[in-house]
Amino acid sequence: MSTNRVVVTGLGVCAPNAVSVPDFMEAISVGKSGIRFFSDLRDFKFSCQIGAMPLIPQTKINSYFTPLQLRNFNSAGILYGVIAGMDAWKDAGLKTDNEAPDFDSGTVFGMGTLGVDKYRESLYQVDDGNVRRLGSTSVQQTMSSGVSAYLGGMLGLGNLVTSNSSACATGTEAILTAYERIKAGKAKIMLAGSTSDGGPYVWCGFDALRILPSNYNDNPQAASRPMDANASGFVPGCGAGAMVLESLDSAKARGATIYGEILGGHSNSGGHRQGGSMTAPNSKAVINCIQGALADAEILPEKIDAINGHLTATAMDSQEIRNWSSALGLEGKDFPYINSLKGMIGHCLAASGSIECVASVLQLKHDFLFPNVNLDTIHPEILSVVDASKIPFEKTKVPLQTIIKASFGFGDVNCCLIFGKY
Amino acid sequence: MTEDSYNRLKEIIKPYLPEDVSVKDIDQQSHLINDLNINSTHLVDIVLDVEDAFDITIEDDELEKMDTVAGSLALISEKRAVN
Repeated sequence: MSTNRVVVTGLGVCAPNAVSVPDFMEAISVGKSGIRFFSDLRDFKFSCQIGAMPLIPQTKINSYFTPLQLRNFNSAGILYGVIAGMDAWKDAGLKTDNEAPDFDSGTVFGMGTLGVDKYRESLYQVDDGNVRRLGSTSVQQTMSSGVSAYLGGMLGLGNLVTSNSSACATGTEAILTAYERIKAGKAKIMLAGSTSDGGPYVWCGFDALRILPSNYNDNPQAASRPMDANASGFVPGCGAGAMVLESLDSAKARGATIYGEILGGHSNSGGHRQGGSMTAPNSKAVINCIQGALADAEILPEKIDAINGHLTATAMDSQEIRNWSSALGLEGKDFPYINSLKGMIGHCLAASGSIECVASVLQLKHDFLFPNVNLDTIHPEILSVVDASKIPFEKTKVPLQTIIKASFGFGDVNCCLIFGKY
Repeated sequence: MTEDSYNRLKEIIKPYLPEDVSVKDIDQQSHLINDLNINSTHLVDIVLDVEDAFDITIEDDELEKMDTVAGSLALISEKRAVN
């Protein structure tokens, strides 16, 4: 059966360290941090009082939403997702003024929890006996598919319009799902991405789990230390990333700019077996997922130039490296280059996969590796697997043909994608 | 008073008008949905805005009286008289 080749023709991002693709390109090149102290987290007695959140001027918000849409609007996840999604769409040179829906274009735009602040507002109204004061938009701002629903309307999409959810694998899974739909010929153009709310009412559960760093409240930018010997937990973040995927035929016919190609991917679950649990990955499943992506892309491990890891800056980083090494059958100097964006922007939860995929595609397009920030002393367990020369401390110019990206999420779910230069 | 209420009501309705309808298109006989093309889900927001602006409470079974501008003004006037 002949299948479509799938390429990336547009990028958009609303990240804690930059809210446009050109600014993001600059930010990741220089290792700019998006992590800062939040006084409300201190006031609420969080152990971890730092986080990563996009800073968006009101004038920018007003350029994406009508005054009516902004009335009683309080859903950060939709705000981030719309900015990233609209930017990706425009970057791809696609129009938004179509009279009729385009039945060949759709979106898979995922989230973890959506509209938490709006939901909180609504719950207080309900508890006060004021249901009727909720207004007309509390459903659309808090439903899981709210972000894809907003984007579907703004862009006039007529193909699949849905929101997936698989915890911290959500963004990568959204791109994989959209890729598979185009590959199978069921759509020509798909906006793929994910978004995550942030702030105390999202980050609280992670603080309660005691998996966030609590010793960096006075030094936020040093807190997120993927692969470092002194890594002490992930810094919670939020934001959104998005990309336009398109059949190669459609992209060529439009004369679109092609950032890269999706060569293949895979998603699976460890089933909470063999050491896997609600919160920890089954390593055998992680390895199976990475190898599944290689098989789908029909590419040998030796052809992988770089890994963009999940690498959240917890004790699990060493295990992740061992899993990559087992899956690829490579170690030492043969191991691909590897980096993690989380040193700059923390762990953006459901948005992490999509933001990091945008960074991966930028690296591939521009032949560079962004620096692993806050990496002072590589964890000895990691050094026993990977040669230090493969873990860049600084921005590194290097020719790249392929980048592999994986994300792992609560629920023991995994997703892996392979991007290739076009 | 009525002229004042009319102007305040027009200001309330204004943000809910679709792009191709102007505030100048509003007249006393306008039907909010059929003439002004306001999305019917927004009627609940207009009701809330009217309640806030005129310090009145509109019961659920009175909503249908607000279908038109004139009907809304009559209801507002009636409620304010009670107050």
